[in-house]
Amino acid sequence: MSHAEAAGRAAERVARESYGRLLAFLAARTRDVAGAEDALSEAFAAALRLWPVDGVPDNPDAWLLTVARRRQTDQLRRRQTRSAGEEHLSLIADELDAAAAEAGPIPDRRLALMFACAHPAIERGMRAPLILQTTLGMTAEDIAAAFLIPPATMGQRLVRAKTRIRDAGIPFSIPGTEELGERLGAVLDAIYAAYSKGWNEIGDTGVPEIAEEAIWLGRLVVSLLPDEPEAKGMLALMLYAEARRPARRSAAGAYVPLEEQDTSLWDDSLIAHAEQLLRDANLGGPTGRYQIEAAIQSAHTARRLGGLNNWPVIVQLYDHLLVLTRSPVVVLNRAVARAEADGPDAALADLAPIADDKRMLSYQPYWAARGHLLARADRPTEAAEAFTVAIGLTTDEAVRTYLQSKLEACYS
Amino acid sequence: MRYMMLIHHDEAAMAAAPQKELWAEYAAFNEALGKAAGSQTGERLQPSSAATTVRQEDGKTDVLDGPYADTKEQFAGYFFVEADDLDGAIAWAKRCPSSKHGAIEIRPVFVAPGNRK
Repeated sequence: MSHAEAAGRAAERVARESYGRLLAFLAARTRDVAGAEDALSEAFAAALRLWPVDGVPDNPDAWLLTVARRRQTDQLRRRQTRSAGEEHLSLIADELDAAAAEAGPIPDRRLALMFACAHPAIERGMRAPLILQTTLGMTAEDIAAAFLIPPATMGQRLVRAKTRIRDAGIPFSIPGTEELGERLGAVLDAIYAAYSKGWNEIGDTGVPEIAEEAIWLGRLVVSLLPDEPEAKGMLALMLYAEARRPARRSAAGAYVPLEEQDTSLWDDSLIAHAEQLLRDANLGGPTGRYQIEAAIQSAHTARRLGGLNNWPVIVQLYDHLLVLTRSPVVVLNRAVARAEADGPDAALADLAPIADDKRMLSYQPYWAARGHLLARADRPTEAAEAFTVAIGLTTDEAVRTYLQSKLEACYS
Repeated sequence: MRYMMLIHHDEAAMAAAPQKELWAEYAAFNEALGKAAGSQTGERLQPSSAATTVRQEDGKTDVLDGPYADTKEQFAGYFFVEADDLDGAIAWAKRCPSSKHGAIEIRPVFVAPGNRK
């Protein structure tokens, strides 16, 4: 390997491992995320220029931090020259210079950074993109591709969110016990939203990576907050889903529903890890949304692997989830499980209360599930109607082909 | 950071609320605000029925009887707090009795870029 290659790889490795750690540290003092990003990207550029010539430093993190802090100091000094006489700016600059001279491990403030990004004062839809950018260094283009938003729009919204962190004074801190549950929920929701993007867009090139990034963030939160059962529950939920990824499509690329998946394709080590996390979470304390959802996935896994009929247990878990969330999506999923325990007519009756819910009218899984239930209840005309709507709402080609075959079966 | 806290009320709902409890709560809140460190000050305004709105266009002055925006919740008063960050300001907003009868808008006071801490 040439010097340049070695240096390039070292920079990449450091970027992956340390980007968020370095950014969190640089941004925490000033709350200026954009300024910290600029400083850090200049430091990485300098690394790619200098390391191939001088060799990779012993402590690449410390090297990058030193360079980035000098850049930050320069930014502050430039600002200071514009408005002379501001003593505290030169104090911060001196402080940063002094800190840059110290060796030693860099404190991990990534969790505080994530709490800032998922603060209730940040628009809900921007929390996941902001975490992906600040903690992992993902580009606005890559995030935009995963969230199906034009890159320029995503870039502007990220800039606005960062400006808001600085101007509104959003804290870089881990909330106290009183607020922790609610605020952590927002962090977990943002990470899970990122995972769902990666999960749904399975067919698109480049996008599944976002699922990996979300799992990486999930592991990070669990490692930084080892006593929070919901963090473990959410990580377990992602791992159960991830374990089944290889079985979700046939060799020909066709959609394969859970009940028909080849379980030998499931990733046993991911499932084992998920089971362990779920056990730990359940020991820990109050049962939250992610713990219950993970328990449902655990039950599905046990059913397919052990051939046991545990549908009534799954329905009960959905009952708990419904009390917590009051979500029509949970009503829908519960009804689908209920069909297996009590037959399609009972399930269809359970769907009646959400039939007029506006959110369901444009929700593809609602129409697909309705189609399946109606077909099983021997109501082919209504089933065909539901499948037709579902096809109209589907963006995934493999799922569309699958639903098309179900629609044709209604007429045979 | 210095924050201005803008109190917005549904005036009808305020009038309907038990007055004695409400103003006892407010007295306690004002006491706490006064005791807290920093330059916390605030004022209650007359109801929006006493408001007058003025604009100038093409040299003509337009004077309207009534508030700037004709909404259900009306600007009713303000206070300033000095807090480390937004969470500190949110804590004060939650303590203010008006947050139960309307909404508190939190606005950081503008500081010229060179003067930011």
